Amino acid sequence: MKYVVSVLVQNQPGVLARIAGLFSRRGFNIESLAVGMTDKSEVSRMTIAVDGDDHIIEQVTKQLNKLVDVIKVNVLTANESVQRELALFKVHVTASTRPEVMQMVDIFRAKIVDVTRNALVVELTGDDNKIKAMEDLLRQFGIKEMVRTGLIAIERGSKIMKSNKEE
Amino acid sequence: MRITGAEAVVQIFQHYGVDLIFGYPGGAILPLYDALRDSTIKHVLVRQEQNAAHAASGYARVTGRTGVCIATSGPGATNLITGIATAYMDSIPMVVITGQVPLSAIGRDFFQEVDIIGATFGLTKHNYWVKKATDIPRILAEAFHIASTGRPGPVLIDLPKDVACETIEYAGLPEVEIKSYQPTYQGHPKQVKRIVQAVKESARPVICAGGGVISSDAAEELRALAERCQIPVATTLMGIGAFPKDHPLSIGMLGFHGTVYSNLAVDNADLIFILGARAGDRAVRQIEEFGRKARVVHIDVDPAEIGKNVNVTVPIVGDLKTVLQDILKNVAPREDTGWLATIAAWKKEKARAYSQDGPLKPQYVLEQLSAVTTPDTIIATDVGQHQMWTGAYYCTKKPRTFLTSGGMGTMGYGLPAAIGAQLGKPETAVVLVTGDGSFQMNMPELATLVQEQLPVKIIVLNNNALGMVRELQMHFHDSRYYQVHMRGNPDFVKLADAYGIPAQRVSEKTAVRKILQTMMGTPGPMLIEFIVDVEENVVPPTRKSLHPFEGEIV
Repeated sequence: MKYVVSVLVQNQPGVLARIAGLFSRRGFNIESLAVGMTDKSEVSRMTIAVDGDDHIIEQVTKQLNKLVDVIKVNVLTANESVQRELALFKVHVTASTRPEVMQMVDIFRAKIVDVTRNALVVELTGDDNKIKAMEDLLRQFGIKEMVRTGLIAIERGSKIMKSNKEE
Repeated sequence: MRITGAEAVVQIFQHYGVDLIFGYPGGAILPLYDALRDSTIKHVLVRQEQNAAHAASGYARVTGRTGVCIATSGPGATNLITGIATAYMDSIPMVVITGQVPLSAIGRDFFQEVDIIGATFGLTKHNYWVKKATDIPRILAEAFHIASTGRPGPVLIDLPKDVACETIEYAGLPEVEIKSYQPTYQGHPKQVKRIVQAVKESARPVICAGGGVISSDAAEELRALAERCQIPVATTLMGIGAFPKDHPLSIGMLGFHGTVYSNLAVDNADLIFILGARAGDRAVRQIEEFGRKARVVHIDVDPAEIGKNVNVTVPIVGDLKTVLQDILKNVAPREDTGWLATIAAWKKEKARAYSQDGPLKPQYVLEQLSAVTTPDTIIATDVGQHQMWTGAYYCTKKPRTFLTSGGMGTMGYGLPAAIGAQLGKPETAVVLVTGDGSFQMNMPELATLVQEQLPVKIIVLNNNALGMVRELQMHFHDSRYYQVHMRGNPDFVKLADAYGIPAQRVSEKTAVRKILQTMMGTPGPMLIEFIVDVEENVVPPTRKSLHPFEGEIV
């Protein structure tokens, strides 16, 4: 089963290596990992999609919490969180296929961000299913390249993630 | 005060009361050595960096203080790794400083450059790469704080040479404030209540005491709980010394190499306390089956240990000493209802035994050693059969008197650990029990022992074999022995003589007691080589299963 783990970390050099290393060392499988700064410059937030069972997720959480640079760990469920990913597709087009691709981009509420004579770059935001669906549809035209950011997620509602190590 | 980064390191050392450092100099760490030269801190020069870490670990284990070791970059740093990992697995507080090539050279495969930070991510509690000298006071203070609090462990600081030479304004020891590191010490009162209730309802309780009892100095509380509630106590290998082995409630070591009766007790218990132990694979037979008839109470300062290996009914995160004190405040004395008699019968029926026939038995040597030492005597072991025999046949009575590499099983740990222990406790007798295999791993440290004029006593149980590996080949590979006979062993007596250490060789049972008495009465160091039976096993070949308690569930 796929779990999404949100981790607040001190924005220290090497913190990504520390966390990625923990996953490989303990045999936990990372499906995707996205990282960036938060509203506080000294704090980064990682969103890690993990494949595993309850026991593995409990261990992931506990082992992450043991790292000195880790401020807070949250496991997010699909129902209680908004989960998004951004994908860029470079699609092969000809004069005749271009309108059809543009139509699909419209239907998916994606965007065309670059156009050349025989290629389009399509930007799509969505969950895993949506990105896969788009990928399937674009394949017939020829996907030259694609890139995904990895999942990011945030809890629904007014609750926020903050350190429980502070009190 | 304007001082260099290296001098700031020394200042912080002094603030933390560091009086002893183990190390080995080299190019990149020279600024620190230069600063140390002018300080009152004693530096012990070892013969290989790994042993600086083992010696710091031995020092930390006997004193309860944070051990400190230093080495240079590159090979100095990589040599430390085994010692660091050994300390990490056994939760030993340690601060390690490695020299690093100058910042400007990092990443260019400079001479003696190695990424020790990357290499030790998984082997340290935390590590730091110092990038500017003004960070040194904070980083050093944090390192000592992290190493010694919560679940103790090694913290490594990688110090580039140019950073160590930079001049900074030093304003004294900074306050440590790490918002993402706040260990839990106080156990949850509700869980304490549940434990008290569980004890009340239990007919067959048993305690498994681990190394956490020793590191949190909770041996007294453990004893009080055991005695008040009449609970038999087993220890893990790391827990040896947490409970006096000659206490009527002691049931010896648990697990694969433990006593049959301690394992029977755990298998038949209705309440199992796991105190400061990770319930590792050597201590618990089948992890799924552990405590299947019992409620399991697990108390540990590290939340990640709870539920990692075994299922737990009452988890409690906190400092063991504090939690046990809370339990003791609430728990009523409990009358035994026959459980102790059952255990006593097992103890009698399943007592450890070995044959006295044939060549000298290592077990006999260790029984005799128990007879000639005092409860304060510190025993350091290496790794292998002799380690298990020492655990089984030597009667350890006090915490911090049994030093062994439990988690890593590092051969070669013993001699440097004994050196560190002796320096930490100059007035106490320190005995190293080693085998011919382990001893040869770090034997050059005999020079350190002589250099520091330490009266460490060395017992080499020589069977001219890697006995434990041989035994594993016997059990699991149809006795197809391969690469386990140590041909080419030196004459250990002559070897000791080369270092100016008096030594004797003994192979007769009748001479054992006397030579051990002579050894303990010798003011300086001494080495005794006992030629012991190579055929002797820790787990007898006749046992149907390697689990000492298979088919003995009551």
